Amino acid sequence: MPYHKVPHWTPDNGLEVLTFGLGGETFALEAGIVREILDMMPVTMVPGADALAASVINFRGRIVPLADLRGSFGMEAHAATADSRIIVIELDMDGAPILIGLTADRVDEVTVLHAGDAEEAPVIGMRWPREHVRCLVRRGGDVVVLPDLAALFSRLTARGGEPVSVH
Amino acid sequence: MSGPGSGEDPTAAFRIEAGELLEQVEQGLLDLEHRLDDMNLVNAVFRGLHTLKGSGAMFGFDALAAFTHHCESAFDRVRKGDVRATPELVSVILSAADHMRALVDGDAPAAHGQAILDRLAGAVDAAAGGGAPVPAPAPRKQGWALSFRLPPDAMANGTSPLALLDELRELGEATIVATFDKVPTLDDLNPGHCFVGWDCTLIGDISREAIEDVFLFVMDDMEITITPLAVEEAEAEVAATPEHASVTMDAPVAANDTTPRGASANRSQGEHVRVPAERLDELMDRVGELVIAQSRLSQLAGNGHDLSLRSVSEEIERLAGEMRDTMMILRMVPVSTLFGRFRRLIHDLANETGKAIELVTEGETTEVDKTVIERLFDPLVHIIRNSCDHGLEKAADRIAAGKSASGVIRLSAHQAGGEVLITITDDGRGIDVERVRAKAEANGLIQPGQVVSEDELLGLIFHPGFSTAAQVTNLSGRGVGMDVVKRTIESLRGSIDVKSVSGQGSTITLRIPLTLAIIEGLLVRVGEGRYVIPLAAVEECLELSLEEDLRSRGRSIITLRERLVPFLRLRDLFETGTKPDTYQKIVVVGTGAERVGLVVDQIVGNHQTVIKAMSPLHRNVAAFAGATILGDGSVALILDIAQLIALSQPREERRLAAG
Repeated sequence: MPYHKVPHWTPDNGLEVLTFGLGGETFALEAGIVREILDMMPVTMVPGADALAASVINFRGRIVPLADLRGSFGMEAHAATADSRIIVIELDMDGAPILIGLTADRVDEVTVLHAGDAEEAPVIGMRWPREHVRCLVRRGGDVVVLPDLAALFSRLTARGGEPVSVH
Repeated sequence: MSGPGSGEDPTAAFRIEAGELLEQVEQGLLDLEHRLDDMNLVNAVFRGLHTLKGSGAMFGFDALAAFTHHCESAFDRVRKGDVRATPELVSVILSAADHMRALVDGDAPAAHGQAILDRLAGAVDAAAGGGAPVPAPAPRKQGWALSFRLPPDAMANGTSPLALLDELRELGEATIVATFDKVPTLDDLNPGHCFVGWDCTLIGDISREAIEDVFLFVMDDMEITITPLAVEEAEAEVAATPEHASVTMDAPVAANDTTPRGASANRSQGEHVRVPAERLDELMDRVGELVIAQSRLSQLAGNGHDLSLRSVSEEIERLAGEMRDTMMILRMVPVSTLFGRFRRLIHDLANETGKAIELVTEGETTEVDKTVIERLFDPLVHIIRNSCDHGLEKAADRIAAGKSASGVIRLSAHQAGGEVLITITDDGRGIDVERVRAKAEANGLIQPGQVVSEDELLGLIFHPGFSTAAQVTNLSGRGVGMDVVKRTIESLRGSIDVKSVSGQGSTITLRIPLTLAIIEGLLVRVGEGRYVIPLAAVEECLELSLEEDLRSRGRSIITLRERLVPFLRLRDLFETGTKPDTYQKIVVVGTGAERVGLVVDQIVGNHQTVIKAMSPLHRNVAAFAGATILGDGSVALILDIAQLIALSQPREERRLAAG
């Protein structure tokens, strides 16, 4: 199932997601957009790139940007651990699918969230920008965050800021 | 990704075929415009139209078939000499070809078609009056011995052997004998195939062309020998026996004049395979990955002491290299496919502007990667339009300036090292440097009175700020400026250069790498990162000694063979936060006239680089042209030299200001 701004709940109000931990929070992504989960691997920094996607990895011969959501959610960066993983997702940007790797402190499980437990992000009480969140879903006394990846990454794909070469 | 090839829509295949046929017809017509009495061209155009009509009807494009029929009929009359080929006729058929294209695409207004047909009728009537018969090639008095054999599947393709034989009989007194030597045994006999061959003696005043005309549509695939009968044989009894004919063919004197059309045509045409471009791209990707895997293997083999592993690795290295080269050749297409498309443009521009314009092309056999060709089309259209619109003068002005009445646009291509140079030259009035300057000053690109060399001024026409508001050159309202041309060329890792001589015309030179997929690169290390510098840009490498480094802190300029060359510390630019190596190196790279040194920590060596595109998420990171995968599987970024220099200039200026 492709990615949508508003989660597409199934007729029985479910949503199959992959949950993963990052900076002490639990995030969830539609399971349909996840391509592969990789162990940590050597990354190559891209000088001058935005902190959201500051490096690239070799994913089966393709150059895939590695995104770290921590900065966008006001979390401290820290070194990878044995539980760290890279979640490769496919996201439609400007009509074309692109592959993006997301760093995760740990990958939990594929599970089903229920529409009845979902709430819009509250206006106060959150330490991260509201527009980075699609919704929050209560689950077993905890809260799962559905990040708005399209909004996060569209900032990077927007044209502009191109250097003007002057002779 | 959808499965390639499977279940392709047959009408899609027809559309492709129709596009190519129309292309051929158009090229034929454009040639015909200059050589109105060239019967080969007339025949080629006729054949193209005929085939288009036939396959159009077969695939249900009835409107197309009906429309094409009229044009074909008109050309048939030209072919038969009833009607002269006139410029008007050629021009009508050219617009008819456009209409056919629209019919193929299914968006043609019917009234338009009728208007063209009316014009066609007028043109034919005009041309028919007093039409001098086409000079017929010298006829042979004696007669001909033919021996021919149709392709086995000729009947399946709609060729009737009997109809061909009848046509032969119409030419003259014919004695036709069937030969059955190739008929297989009953077990192997395919009843749908034609296994019969024919020997024929034709007596009469018949030209070779007339005979070839009979086989016009099957000539390319069939075996045929056409031999003039020796004089004595023509004088002999008319009822020449087939044995006679075959003897003639075997005679060595006759063999000289034999035309093995079938054989040569097969050699040139039969071996072509049409492959969808995506499959080539996929194959290219695989080859790219193979090259990467191979370099990992040779690294492993180099580290170990296993001699047999090493020899296998070397073998694979050689094979992978050869495969890569072959792959490159597969993707190469001659630039004639590109240049050919401009003949029509020039034709139309000449009509539009009312100027006489001649297109001269050179070096059309130069081959370039097909992706490059595709992406060059738009920039070239733009440059050519510009030259025609603004470079070339009206005929009266040209004559006044002592030039020939018709302006010349010269398109030439030639290969130089790993690059192809495409030059577009016009012999018009040249670019008015003073007006460029005035415009640039008005737009704030340069300060009034600033000292700027002429080359730099000309370079300003590619500046984005230049092609906004009212321009020096009104770019035909196409909404793109020369800055777009420049950007496209740079995205191909190419460069663009303008020269102009007032009153004599201007020359725009595009330098484009032959291929986009693989380049030779110099692998360097900066801090902990590894980067690839395209080898084509590298001029030399030298050491930056410690004292030179310290001394140059403030100015970042070295003296290289009595020239000052600025340099950039990539370590600073990339903010690696590492300490410099003791023995840093400077890689001097050149972009056009500019040279710049890039300070790196270490030169690792040459690296055969398969270029991979950067993700759209890194679209705004200008310093890199792409990335590649190294032998150990890690990623190295490929430096975009031109962008890097542009990017670093403010930084260098800041440093100078601060220093």
